[in-house]
Amino acid sequence: MELDKISKNLLEKIANLHEIPNGAVSLRINGKGEFLRSTPHIEIVRKEDKPGINVYVHSTCVNEACHIPVIVNEDNFHDLVYNDFYIEPGAVVTIIAGCGVHSNSDSGHDGIHTFHIGENASVTYVENHLALGKGVNKTLNPTTIIKLESGASMTMNTTQISGVNYSNRITRASLKDNSSLNVVEKILTDRFDVAKTNFKVDLIGKNSRCNIVSRSVAKGESEQVFKSNLVGKNESFGHVECDGILLDNAHIDSVPMVSARNNLASLSHEAAIGKIAGEQITKLMTLGLTEKQAEDKIIEGFLK
Amino acid sequence: MIELKNISYVIRENGEEKHILDNITYKFKDNCLTAITGHNGSGKSTLTKLIMGIYRPTSGQILLDGKDMTNLSIDERARLGLNYAFQQPITFRGITIKELIDIASNEENSVPKACEYLSKVGLCAREYIDREFDKTLSGGEQKRIELALTLAKKGKVTIFDEPEAGIDLWSFDRLNEIFSKGLCYIVVSHQERLLSRADEIVVMDKGHIIKSGKPKEVLKDLTVAKCKRAGGGN
Repeated sequence: MELDKISKNLLEKIANLHEIPNGAVSLRINGKGEFLRSTPHIEIVRKEDKPGINVYVHSTCVNEACHIPVIVNEDNFHDLVYNDFYIEPGAVVTIIAGCGVHSNSDSGHDGIHTFHIGENASVTYVENHLALGKGVNKTLNPTTIIKLESGASMTMNTTQISGVNYSNRITRASLKDNSSLNVVEKILTDRFDVAKTNFKVDLIGKNSRCNIVSRSVAKGESEQVFKSNLVGKNESFGHVECDGILLDNAHIDSVPMVSARNNLASLSHEAAIGKIAGEQITKLMTLGLTEKQAEDKIIEGFLK
Repeated sequence: MIELKNISYVIRENGEEKHILDNITYKFKDNCLTAITGHNGSGKSTLTKLIMGIYRPTSGQILLDGKDMTNLSIDERARLGLNYAFQQPITFRGITIKELIDIASNEENSVPKACEYLSKVGLCAREYIDREFDKTLSGGEQKRIELALTLAKKGKVTIFDEPEAGIDLWSFDRLNEIFSKGLCYIVVSHQERLLSRADEIVVMDKGHIIKSGKPKEVLKDLTVAKCKRAGGGN
């Protein structure tokens, strides 16, 4: 399938893809499923009752990747999609999602992803969000619902690269015995962007574990709000860490919360927000970078 | 050659003026290791930070090869060939040692080439090259990497603020090797071994240069006990 220049550019930036990749793929452009391919181990089926897909990852899947990028490059278009992932016990899969919006007016994408992860299955989920174009109300609102059965694990790496004017990221997870969830979230906002993040994780099972790391950089007049609540309902471990770099007149609010409902739950949180350490800029300048280059390098490293 | 002309540095503290450096004039020779020593608070580190542009003098001029660089920024001085190793290395989250070597040398080095710099400071290079230069490294490791960056930078003038602080004897010997490569080195130090290795020694006290000259002449008056009393930086 031939992609236009804008779509190619977005695809490269959100998924590092230069063309339709091999393997299981679902490509959605402006609300339409433009390309869909299953493999013997990963079956992708279009939903009939609402927009979106069901992805069935069979137990035979070992280290296979599934790409499900979304592109919105039409002005004044808001996409809404429901994607459900059914991961069979023991499967090991990497799911690369992501949405790129290019709009000179108001456009956006709301993605509601639900993961049903079977016993001892392992999922790596990568999600990159980016918006380009002159529009000042480009929105991306991902909702991620995660249900981890016993022994299952999920690693979730999400990045909001730049240009998204408004985002409201909601994540809900429930973890059964010996399951684990590791989340790394990175967000960059600038100008008058607003980014909100809200995690709620229920550690239901014995020895369930959750670690959330959020790194954010807020520039210009932008605003970020990070909220999380780890609820320990059994002998479990949870940690949430939120680090933010503030530049210009930006704001970051961080509200990491832990709720212990069992006296064997071990829960902790930490948050640190501040400007770039002046000594770091000075050091890079002694190596020959300008102040701006030094600042960019430090931010790049922080969000790496 | 670095030349200081009537350099003064005054700060305001609790509403009062405090003279950190007072009318310093000195020429640091090329192809020469000049050690600056003196008591705590004598102005040694401040002087080197003024040379690098980290602080700006209240008055006076700093010349490099006869050209005034008093108003140049840190990075402009770095691009002219000035190089600075901090007493306490500055760490970064997410920036690898290889990236810092590339920045310092202003080129993308091959992995073997980047490893050479680390090997020269006694590190098993392959284990470090992709590591972040962060606080998970020990103080000694950070110090050695800081030295490796000065090697990669290849400056005309390299300034070390207490390079011996926090490093072991083996690394200390390597320091001597680094200093034996020619060029201009300005080193803030209290270590007698390092001072005796210098071509010139500058002794500071209360913001003034009170003595300078060859080690034999200067060290006669500067007892080991005096050096030990001098302690950390400022």
